[in-house]
Amino acid sequence: MKMASSTETISGTRTKRAEIKEQYKKFIGRKILFIFSTLVLIFIIAGVSATLGSYPITVTEVYSIIWHGLFKNPETTKEIVVWNLRLPRIIMGILAGTGLAIAGAMMQGILRNPLASPFTLGIASSAGFGAVIAICLGAGFVAGKYLIIGNAFVFSLIPTFIILGLTRYKRATPETMILAGIAMMYIFSALTHLINYFSESEAVKAAYFWMVGSLGKTSWDEIVFHVNLGQVSIPLPGPVPAVLIGCVIPLIWKSWDVNVMGAGDETAKSLGVNVERTRIFVLILASLLTAAIVCFTGTIGFVGLVVPHICRIIIGGDNRFLIPASGLFGGAFLLACDIVARTIMAPVILPVGVVTALTGGPFLFFLLIRRRKEYW
Amino acid sequence: MAKLKVKDVEFSYASVSVLKEVCIELAESEMLGVVGPNGAGKSTLIRCIDRILKPQRGLILLDERDIKDMRLMELAKKMGYIPQSTSQVFPATVFDTVLMGRRPHLDWRSSEKDTEKTLETLQMLNIEELAMRDINELSGGQQQKVFIARALTQEPDVLLLDEPTSNLDIRHQLEVMGIIKNIVIEKGISAIMAIHDLNLASRYADRILMMNSGKIFAAGNPVSVLTPDNIKWVYGVEAEVNNNNGRPYIVPIRPVKQNGKGTCESKWNMQ
Repeated sequence: MKMASSTETISGTRTKRAEIKEQYKKFIGRKILFIFSTLVLIFIIAGVSATLGSYPITVTEVYSIIWHGLFKNPETTKEIVVWNLRLPRIIMGILAGTGLAIAGAMMQGILRNPLASPFTLGIASSAGFGAVIAICLGAGFVAGKYLIIGNAFVFSLIPTFIILGLTRYKRATPETMILAGIAMMYIFSALTHLINYFSESEAVKAAYFWMVGSLGKTSWDEIVFHVNLGQVSIPLPGPVPAVLIGCVIPLIWKSWDVNVMGAGDETAKSLGVNVERTRIFVLILASLLTAAIVCFTGTIGFVGLVVPHICRIIIGGDNRFLIPASGLFGGAFLLACDIVARTIMAPVILPVGVVTALTGGPFLFFLLIRRRKEYW
Repeated sequence: MAKLKVKDVEFSYASVSVLKEVCIELAESEMLGVVGPNGAGKSTLIRCIDRILKPQRGLILLDERDIKDMRLMELAKKMGYIPQSTSQVFPATVFDTVLMGRRPHLDWRSSEKDTEKTLETLQMLNIEELAMRDINELSGGQQQKVFIARALTQEPDVLLLDEPTSNLDIRHQLEVMGIIKNIVIEKGISAIMAIHDLNLASRYADRILMMNSGKIFAAGNPVSVLTPDNIKWVYGVEAEVNNNNGRPYIVPIRPVKQNGKGTCESKWNMQ
């Protein structure tokens, strides 16, 4: 009698365990499914995006042109339009969305703050200031064609360096970092206004266009870097994809530690994570990633803030999955916004930064109302 | 042989001294309750032992090895810590939260073994039902059990607890203390627990350390430490201590009038 009941409880707990394990596997499966769906989504949106423009091309033609173009140089008008005019913009859109969303997700993660993004840390406004100096005053770190890009890149790294300098004197707590970032955001935007105030209206307009952010300035140069070895030219990742790959791999590698830090600094320390060092390491990578994108596109807002939240609502907060999910969803989101920017008032092309904020904002509102959790 | 030794530890925040000449020896499978008024240094002591804070002076030896010489991950495999309060900002399921305890044992991928360990601990604390719930949706008592589970999946030899029963109702207080006591007995884990409730300390701790202003005021079994005189001196509270099945049971009566330190009561009397 006693024997029977004890074996019963044992088999009972076994099945319960198996049940939880099954549920957990499904939970993981859903996350992977989401990641693959966004990948497919990007592929479809990219196809649609490549059909848009003054020269009519169908979706099937687009895919076939892209496929064949991988092996030979574009010859027909359609091929040239797709490969040389539309594809760079599309690829840049994907890369920029991916990078900004991942940078935002990681900043939110290490600072344990749902409001953290490249904007709140002052990166966007300092990049804007760098660009404005180049546009309005013609001064910068690099001369010629890369004046604006170089200036924006160098300036966008300043807030991170200041925050790092600060952590030498004060402990690298999330509160210090965010407050320092916000202080810099105000300083740099004030300086930007100051320069604009004394500049020619044409220059101010150009500076303004830069700061809103658009994908219109993209060429293959940012995406592919050709190395000529005698006869053959070997394509290598250009600056943007190179930085993206170089930053995202170590970030994914650190995703466990960022997960643990989500439970609080003390808990993370007791689980063996060097909290301060990880926070600084991740901050540097996320800033570099943002800088490399923003200097080419201008400050595209809201992707870095909103996309990680959308993905957390859908797949949860585990950074091992959140990083790829936010990245791919960010790419799809930015690409979709670019389609809207190009079509809604055609032939006028709106800056994509306006569209991301105008669509992302209400979308977040919608999610806020629908969910009844602490933050959402 | 002592599992954990704390020798002459001193710690100060900026210029404010918090711990002075603290010495402790903890045996295997022993539960030490640390009591004392607010600001006595209980939490600071626990944080120093887990190397969350670095003491300015003194030694902390785990299995005769200085914890300063151990790598963070190495220490995390041997010592688990349950902080007084944690807040999870972003969503995390109970399962994932408990799985975090495996961090010191894994590289990047969590293996089947880690999943099994997590399931085992969830079952041990009887919170399997909560596995897929979000941690922020749980009650304080449930959350505390999850945090204990997370520390246990670390498979530590020493468990450090900072006020494990604060914010819990009496049922959860007893449940949580019972769980900790069981783990200490069954798994041979040693535990140090900072606790405000003198009666819980008396009932569950093998030994009690009474702290006052960063120093150890008294140490020993509950009967020898929780005396009316000690409570009066350290807390400034007059208390009655009754015998409850061999354990002291404390009934606080009133704050004592102290010279120079006016209590609320004395202020009222003066008016």
